Amino acid sequence: MFKGKLHGIHAPHRKNTVECAPTRMPVPATIVVPMSMNIGAPAKPVVKVNDTVKVGQLIAEAGGFMSAPIYSGVSGKVKRLDEIVGSNGRFDTVIVIESDGEQAVWEGVKPPVVTDKASFVEAVRQCGCVGLGGAGFPTSVKLNVDPDRVHAIIINGAECEPYITSDTRTMIDNADDVIYGAQLLQKYYTADRIVIGIEDNKPQCVKIMEEAGKGVPGFEVAALPALYPQGGEKVLIYNTTGEVVPEGKLPIDVGAIVINCTTLAVIAKYIRTGMPLVEKVVTVDGSAIQNPQNVIAPVGTPIQDILNFVGLKCEPKKVLYGGPMMGISVPSLEAPIMKNTNAVLAFDEKDAEDPVPSACIRCGRCVAHCPFNLMPAAIESAYNNKEPETLKALKVNLCMECGCCSFSCPARRPLVQVNKLAKAMLNKYNAEQKEAAEKKKAKEEAAAKEKEAV
Amino acid sequence: MEKNMVVSVNPHIYASQTTQTIMRDVLIALFPAVIASIVFFGIRALLVEVVCVVVAVACEWAFEKITGRTCTITDLSAAVTGLILALNLPVGIPIWQAAFGSFVAIVVVKQLFGGIGQNFANPAITARVIMLVAFSGAMTTWAVPAFTDATSAATPLAILGAEGSAGTLPTLAQMFIGARGGSMGETSCLALLLGGVYLIYRKVISWHTPVAFIGTVLVFTALLGQQPLYQVMAGGLFIGAIFMATDYTTSPPTPAGKLIFGLGCGLITVLIRVWGNYPEGVSFSILLMNILNPYISEWTKTKPFGGVQA
Repeated sequence: MFKGKLHGIHAPHRKNTVECAPTRMPVPATIVVPMSMNIGAPAKPVVKVNDTVKVGQLIAEAGGFMSAPIYSGVSGKVKRLDEIVGSNGRFDTVIVIESDGEQAVWEGVKPPVVTDKASFVEAVRQCGCVGLGGAGFPTSVKLNVDPDRVHAIIINGAECEPYITSDTRTMIDNADDVIYGAQLLQKYYTADRIVIGIEDNKPQCVKIMEEAGKGVPGFEVAALPALYPQGGEKVLIYNTTGEVVPEGKLPIDVGAIVINCTTLAVIAKYIRTGMPLVEKVVTVDGSAIQNPQNVIAPVGTPIQDILNFVGLKCEPKKVLYGGPMMGISVPSLEAPIMKNTNAVLAFDEKDAEDPVPSACIRCGRCVAHCPFNLMPAAIESAYNNKEPETLKALKVNLCMECGCCSFSCPARRPLVQVNKLAKAMLNKYNAEQKEAAEKKKAKEEAAAKEKEAV
Repeated sequence: MEKNMVVSVNPHIYASQTTQTIMRDVLIALFPAVIASIVFFGIRALLVEVVCVVVAVACEWAFEKITGRTCTITDLSAAVTGLILALNLPVGIPIWQAAFGSFVAIVVVKQLFGGIGQNFANPAITARVIMLVAFSGAMTTWAVPAFTDATSAATPLAILGAEGSAGTLPTLAQMFIGARGGSMGETSCLALLLGGVYLIYRKVISWHTPVAFIGTVLVFTALLGQQPLYQVMAGGLFIGAIFMATDYTTSPPTPAGKLIFGLGCGLITVLIRVWGNYPEGVSFSILLMNILNPYISEWTKTKPFGGVQA
């Protein structure tokens, strides 16, 4: 069993917007709602062009078990359904809704009836919730487990990425919702412990959550060292329970459910009011931003509208969904914010510059800082030599792409990029191996049958 | 792709350390030793140092120019190699020999194996060992250091080895500040220690290799009934343990590997000093451990978190 401390990096905090209570931006003229905002199957549109929709109205239903429904964040008219290239590089359908500015709430918005675990999971599904920490895993799927297997409910309030303060604001502004959500989980899963993990660079959140959670049985606040990536799921489980999630297994296999604090607040709000996930608090910051702040915007709001609202210092050269360690850079300002977007960071020309890689000096920093004890430099050379067997032995499949290796590399090697490519290479190799083995087996069986017949 | 926005893979921020800042820190850490070499061995020490650095950088530039590779002299690694080599030479070394050493270090040991990060052995050490064999006379002719009343320039290790007949041992205090015979940059433990502390503070090196190396020599010589404090401060142990055994490319990346590497260096050093023909074994020990490095690195590989053996 693994013992000892997990590595990480001391990333700069840059939490400039901690004190900024979220401001609601003016209703955007149009919203562009992608169908792929979660891991798994994209949602299926249920509206047609020229349909009128209201805030909270279903516009797309879950496209399968691993999926989540989508609701409109504005009232107005469906203008068109488009095909675009989404942030993951794949084609995606978007519903474009022209807002009438009224923000009329849909008549169907009413609190769900929750009486037992099944109806609770159904409510979470209807709420449209996905992992709001950034992963976008459909929350109802995560919660659809046997309650007896759950020993610890871990609420993720680490928010270890630089700049982002949207979870911080959830804990400050909606502590009661977080606690209500925690109580619901406690009620339907009867876990021994409910732990909220918060990096100790947010002492006010630690204090607020301790205060708010008083009297909730089993509730505790874990103030964790501000060592990125503290909020990584496996890292958080290990640092709060000491359990190691083995390769290929899920948190529930070690008795844990990890849920982001904002996700929990959204679920709680839905169960209280019936308003599903239709808007997000996003931290808008970065060197190209005039007034860094937290903004409340409907899901689907184009980034351009948000940047216009907060004001730009200069033309942004690089814009990210999420934080600078794991954020995805967007190719166009027309890209909308999604359910799992917790920040929009815009950088000036200097910060957008790609570093120039030089030769690896074998300093070992990538190894010393990898939270999962992987050897990125060795992975890089195995990838370059096209050695999938070596990649398998080096466990590249465990890499969560947190960015610690690239961050700390003095030669600025693109290690995360290579890890991504290496994972794809290994997956392809494994699939080919499996196929070859199956073919061989079928052939042998056929030969055996033939022999028998003779 | 409007407005030519930059699209790149995460992360989007980086630590401030680069190869260049690391090498610059090593040069800064060597500065006290450079001062000490001038104080104890005169201005000629500076001349040798400048020659070695200039030739090393020039060789790197020329080799990369001729072979059409990207010029890497701005990463300062060639300057570091040149300076470390110079500090490992006696002050009276003929200038052409010093220049030849730099050439060997950069072209033969570093560039012919693929440049920075690819050499299997430390360039400065390998060049020094080659010079020791090629120019054994000049390489073992020691100057009398300043601020001593010693008449003999024999190194403390030679004196220890000859059991009192080759001269009187300097005091421990003289050994510590560096007023003794030897290569011009190796004598001042104080100056080297300052550099080592700076490197650890700047997170350029970790404590594992130097502590394991020096600690092993201390304990092993004590067990053998030698004079451990003299053994530790004599020869090239401090400069070797702090500046050469910690070379990234030729030593293991993990703490466990570094400890084994340092331990091995210490053992071989003492074996050569006590039973070998050469009075000093630091260079040979590091060179030997450089060769074993791939094996040590393999043995001390990290164990992936949550990894399941197939």
